[in-house]
Amino acid sequence: MADLRTNFAGIQCPNPFWLASGPPTNTYGQVARAFDLGWGGAVWKTIGEPIINVFSRYGSVDLGSTRMMGFNNIELISDRPIEDNLKEIAEVKRNYPGHAVIASLMVESKRAAWHEMVKRTQDTGADGIELNFGCPHGMSERGMGSAVGQVPDYTCQIVEWVKEVATIPVIVKLTPNVTDVTYIARAAVKGGADALSLINTINSIVGVDLDTFSPLPSVAGKSSHGGYCGPAVKPIALHLVSAVAGDPNVRIPISGIGGVATWKDGAEFITLGAGTVQVCTAVMHYGFRIIEDLVDGLATWMDERGHRTLDEVRGRAVPKVVKWEDLDLNYHLVAAIDQDKCIRCELCWTACEDGAHQAIQRHPRGNGGPAVEIIEAACVGCNLCAEVCPVQGCITMQQIPNDFPAVNWKAYSAGTGKLAPRSEHFHTATWANKD
Amino acid sequence: MPPEAAATLSDDQLERNFADIAPPLTADHALLEAHKCLFCYDAPCTIACPTHIDVPAFIKKIATGNLRGSARVILDANPFGHSCARACPVEVLCEGACVLNARDEQPIKIALLQRHATDYVLERKIRLFQAGPSNGKQVAIVGAGPAGLSCARDLRRWGYAVTVFEAKPQPGGLNTYGIAEYKMTPTVALAEVQDILDLGVELRTGVTIGRDLPFERLLADYDAVFVGIGLGLTKSLGIPGEDLPGVVDALTFIEHLKTHPYRATRVGRRVAVIGAGNTAIDAVTQAKRLGAERSTIVYRRSEADMPCFLYEYELAKVDGCQFRFDSKPTRILGSSRVEGLEVETPHGLEVIDCDMVITALGQTARDEFRVPTDHPKVLVGGDYASGGAEIVNAAAEGKQAAATIHERLSRS
Repeated sequence: MADLRTNFAGIQCPNPFWLASGPPTNTYGQVARAFDLGWGGAVWKTIGEPIINVFSRYGSVDLGSTRMMGFNNIELISDRPIEDNLKEIAEVKRNYPGHAVIASLMVESKRAAWHEMVKRTQDTGADGIELNFGCPHGMSERGMGSAVGQVPDYTCQIVEWVKEVATIPVIVKLTPNVTDVTYIARAAVKGGADALSLINTINSIVGVDLDTFSPLPSVAGKSSHGGYCGPAVKPIALHLVSAVAGDPNVRIPISGIGGVATWKDGAEFITLGAGTVQVCTAVMHYGFRIIEDLVDGLATWMDERGHRTLDEVRGRAVPKVVKWEDLDLNYHLVAAIDQDKCIRCELCWTACEDGAHQAIQRHPRGNGGPAVEIIEAACVGCNLCAEVCPVQGCITMQQIPNDFPAVNWKAYSAGTGKLAPRSEHFHTATWANKD
Repeated sequence: MPPEAAATLSDDQLERNFADIAPPLTADHALLEAHKCLFCYDAPCTIACPTHIDVPAFIKKIATGNLRGSARVILDANPFGHSCARACPVEVLCEGACVLNARDEQPIKIALLQRHATDYVLERKIRLFQAGPSNGKQVAIVGAGPAGLSCARDLRRWGYAVTVFEAKPQPGGLNTYGIAEYKMTPTVALAEVQDILDLGVELRTGVTIGRDLPFERLLADYDAVFVGIGLGLTKSLGIPGEDLPGVVDALTFIEHLKTHPYRATRVGRRVAVIGAGNTAIDAVTQAKRLGAERSTIVYRRSEADMPCFLYEYELAKVDGCQFRFDSKPTRILGSSRVEGLEVETPHGLEVIDCDMVITALGQTARDEFRVPTDHPKVLVGGDYASGGAEIVNAAAEGKQAAATIHERLSRS
């Protein structure tokens, strides 16, 4: 069985799955229950001067019959007294010494305030500190959260203050609400951060009530922009994690966050460089029990492919994230339809005809033959038909071998390398006239 | 008098026996089902529907919460979208054509989704269509069944004055009088009809053309005449004993059941239904549901020859009905009332013990008046023209006739 034990910036835990800072990590009872079920670590709900929350806090986006494809919140940091939180952190750490317990902190941008908070936190025995520089709503109006994380100098400054007194690893949590996350990541590194975690939530308005014109979630008919998360944000998070992981100026451990709901999501983050993976929305949807398949699925995948430790897979996809100009222009794909599997919904046809490159020929229904056929000469291998096809394995993308050496845009535009013949690009009307 | 089988059942049981066989979807279920639809291009379900309802379009609208728009798509294509949602043989039409069948899955529940959308507007009395501005032309329609009223609905939308003549006291034709009660009640059928009448259709019930009013008068008084009078009586068996008390034809039996309290319809304890079409199934199941101890289809040919739909056969089996194949009725036995049915089988003559015989041998053509089908003012449709088909066929033919009338009268 694959070894999922993880050492993240010196913090030990039985597996790479941590609960992200948020509602699931608000109390001793929740975190203890999560550890009992197998979570590797937990980042406590952000501690700071207690706040007052509004009542309506969450909103979600459904996709088809799937609930909470995207999720947003306007909840602030912990509304519990600092000493209660610290006491419970100490208790969790005492009772679960083998699990990672991280305190998430957010205090006003004063050196003394940070020093005091960090010292008090360290007294609990917590394994690490996560600096919440990412929360995009509410706290940012008060000069905290993403108000810090959006300015490289502030980020660097506060990390320096924290590091002046910190004796345990300091993780800086980054906001995605910036033009280029690597600038902030480098600032954190410059300030002395031991690790990074990303992404925090994305600025969002989750919807509008069309009866009342109130944005959602509605608080007495009004709303405020909130933090967007859930499965919908995973691709954005994967990109930002890969950008930081691939930045030679960063080179510190990364905890991946954003839309993780399954072991596959977790594995993807790990291959893009994440040392641990944090989960929040999926737990808010289904509870702590999802850890069972997160761990089991990841271990099974590793076993099936002979990966013994996470070190063997971590970051394996990072070097494969390249610039567009480095992609091989002579890699030739065309779609292939398995006619035995085709159920004749013709979604591929309308998608290709209206939405892509007019490379599918449609035949009248009831003709006895195939409903749709790929016009290989016109197919640009874009994948769209395979993406819309509702039958697994019915449309596959096939590589058409050619004798042309690989050539990328950089080389081609510099005058070196030869392009293989491209797909003919024309409309089916033209195609029909050819016959 | 034979004992009344129905008397053995409680009122509750009777209510349950005739309750909706396909109860409506909950809002949650409808949403779930609507989201399962693949939204096929040039969808086979739409092609399979005689009225070519744009099925993916109306389902998509359910998925987006636009129920009114969904009902509009349905009812625009098919004025009898309410009853078709309940009584259409979807297994051989839209749902049978669903591409999910090819993925070895259950097809989308198109009928129930259609009902979900159409119930929404029916229950809220939402008026989706308006009469067009008057064009001064008048059309007579003979027969207030699905064909005639579909024709009337579209003609009213285009501004024609429409008068519908109906021999029965109530409009709706077989929708009101002939659909198995567990599929659709007369209340629903009449509400659906009312929706069409509310467009300003003049309805004259209790008028039999050819008897109360000569057909020629219509030709003289109207710019066009549509005839959708359906079919006549059930064909007779032509065997001895057919006049005995206890012999009833299926349509009379079903009509009585649908227009009276359940208890008021006479049903035997051992019922033989002669015939194996869909009406025979309606009769044998409803006799069983009224309390008959044994309700049996008696059919002269084999199981494979049965003209009823497979799922209707399945329904009758689930209801506990019995089947006698290769049994040709030769005589109804009894002196003062039915005491048995003699049938000729491959093994010789046999007697089926029964105290009631329901005949369901198909209907005869109507002959109240001669319809000059080649007259330029005259169009025909529905069962009268087809010899008997589904509501959806009648609706399609009525609409087609309206379009033809509109085309002809617009030219003149």
